[in-house]
Amino acid sequence: MKKILLAATAALALVPMSFGASASEKVEFPKEKWSFSGNFGKFDRMQLQRGLQVYKEVCASCHSLKYVAFRNLEALGYSEDQVKAFAAEYEFPTLDDEGSEIKRKGLPSDHFPSPYPNEKFARASNNGALPPDLSLMTKAREHGPDYVFHLLTGYDEPPQGMTVMDGMHYNKYFADGNFQIAMAKQINDDQVTYADGTKATADQISRDITAFLHWAAEPKLEVRNSTGLRVMIYMVIFTILAYFLKRRIWARLEK
Amino acid sequence: MSTEKSVWRRAFEWHEARLPLVSFIDNSVGSKYPAPKNLNYFWNFGSLAGFMLVTMILTGIFLAMNYTPHKDMAFDSVERIMRDVNFGWLIRYMHANGASFFFIVVYIHIFRGLYYGSYKAPREVLWWMGILIFLAMMATAFMGYVLPWGQMSFWGATVITNLFSALPIIGEPIVTFLWGGFGVDNPTLNRFFSLHYLLPFVIVGLVVFHIWALHIPGSNNPLGIEAAPADKIPFHPYYTAKDAFGLGVFLLVYFAIVFWYPNILGDPLNYVVANPLVTPTHIVPEWYFLPFYAILRAIPDKLLGVLAMFGAILVLFVLPWLDTSRVRSANFRPWFRVFFWLFFINGLVLGWCGSQLPEGLPLVLGRVCTFYYFFFFFVIMPVVGWMETPKPLPASISSPVMKAAE
Repeated sequence: MKKILLAATAALALVPMSFGASASEKVEFPKEKWSFSGNFGKFDRMQLQRGLQVYKEVCASCHSLKYVAFRNLEALGYSEDQVKAFAAEYEFPTLDDEGSEIKRKGLPSDHFPSPYPNEKFARASNNGALPPDLSLMTKAREHGPDYVFHLLTGYDEPPQGMTVMDGMHYNKYFADGNFQIAMAKQINDDQVTYADGTKATADQISRDITAFLHWAAEPKLEVRNSTGLRVMIYMVIFTILAYFLKRRIWARLEK
Repeated sequence: MSTEKSVWRRAFEWHEARLPLVSFIDNSVGSKYPAPKNLNYFWNFGSLAGFMLVTMILTGIFLAMNYTPHKDMAFDSVERIMRDVNFGWLIRYMHANGASFFFIVVYIHIFRGLYYGSYKAPREVLWWMGILIFLAMMATAFMGYVLPWGQMSFWGATVITNLFSALPIIGEPIVTFLWGGFGVDNPTLNRFFSLHYLLPFVIVGLVVFHIWALHIPGSNNPLGIEAAPADKIPFHPYYTAKDAFGLGVFLLVYFAIVFWYPNILGDPLNYVVANPLVTPTHIVPEWYFLPFYAILRAIPDKLLGVLAMFGAILVLFVLPWLDTSRVRSANFRPWFRVFFWLFFINGLVLGWCGSQLPEGLPLVLGRVCTFYYFFFFFVIMPVVGWMETPKPLPASISSPVMKAAE
């Protein structure tokens, strides 16, 4: 009986690990250290600001970020006025009082605009490929932030004997697409010049944009972690009290 | 002190004499429901399932206030819940993971019933009500998973609704009827939302019948023998206190997942909006359907696969008559106990097979396990009941004296 239970428990422990296996499982994704990993994880505000700069200067020319509003950027440590100024750099179509199409300046309530007017235009500009929206990217792929980071730095010469299709690029982490990705290598050393003076190595840039994208995908991560801690402390106390209450009540039966 | 009743007490008694609401609850799950005194912690999972049902309904009602059942807006409205609705992230993560925990609790509840023979006379109808609840839960969970309108929502709905097309003649019309069109589209999403809101209240109704049927014979117990009145204790405060502790332990695990690993049980692809033009390479249902998905794919013929999948649940209805042993608790059935644990492990392996592509080892293993699944019910259950010599049963719960085996 004990042995069977033990075997069953062991089987139970093994099974979930293999759930959701997909093609990308064939590739090893080394686990990276992120400030936001773990139950006490927090975002590094300076890193998020650097990541925003990378998104704006590198990614935004092809990728939208439609679920993020400018007002959300206050969470990165910017003041209300800074956010207003940031939003005002963008233009949005609107109508004037006579019904003519005009442009207006962006407001904090606006979301990041898409670089393309529509999907057809986006595909035509990108050799037929559609650059995906990045708002949920770190949650929409196996291995999450590790996937995004390694994909950005995973460009390499194709292995011998492999022919990469025209307009495609070899990436050793893009297993779902047979290691051929439409996006060319985007991140190189000194691609951006950081406002805070951080040395902009390709590795650093990739980490910063990944952290920013994880904030974009899971903006409530910090409040979730900290609320979780308080809830767990409460539940531990509740459970201990409930245990002693149960013992005390059941002790009546022994009389 | 005055012996006169307070005005509140008298008002309460006046009301109870006309509509005995409090007495009704007290009789159902309170101090007037006598339960065997030897129930172990596996008997906690019934009340935990009730707790999860209430949790799912409450979080669901608040989600529905902010959700838009339209194919162009559903995904966005879920993201709005996650980002802009106050504590929307918490409500959604509680609801999404709540489905998983509801199934964990109910699976343990079912396996407890299997192990301790809770389906045997005189509890057959109680068992039936439980299977109906399980079926309604599966339908509710399936339709709920479609609502966020992610890639897995869309393609899961496509695969599962298409199963009905395997039926001859009526298959295709049924699928068109389910879809409300010629493919999974906006009408499908609308009706799934409507039914996803309706079915939980059907489950509440079934739970009432489940508990009603429980009260006719009373709770089974780990020894599986009839509990004498002297061996019973009032449900309240004894089992309410025991269940409260169990609930605490359960919530520790549930909240750890909700707050710290909220996406660990979900498929990343469901964070990609549904696209009818892009089929995912590997369509998998949520983990709680995987064993049945494995049975479906283990059989090369589509119609037979579908029948086997539904049969895997429907066989539970006749279980009380397939099992020929009159001894309830597996503690006294040395052979059945072995086959039971094999069946349990078999279920886990089936789950693993369901998560893999149906080729190579997972397919072969899936077929072996599908065979054992039905072999367990149709052969082991009757044959072991006849062949096995059960251990001597105790004369009563409190008496260590053994009476001879039947």
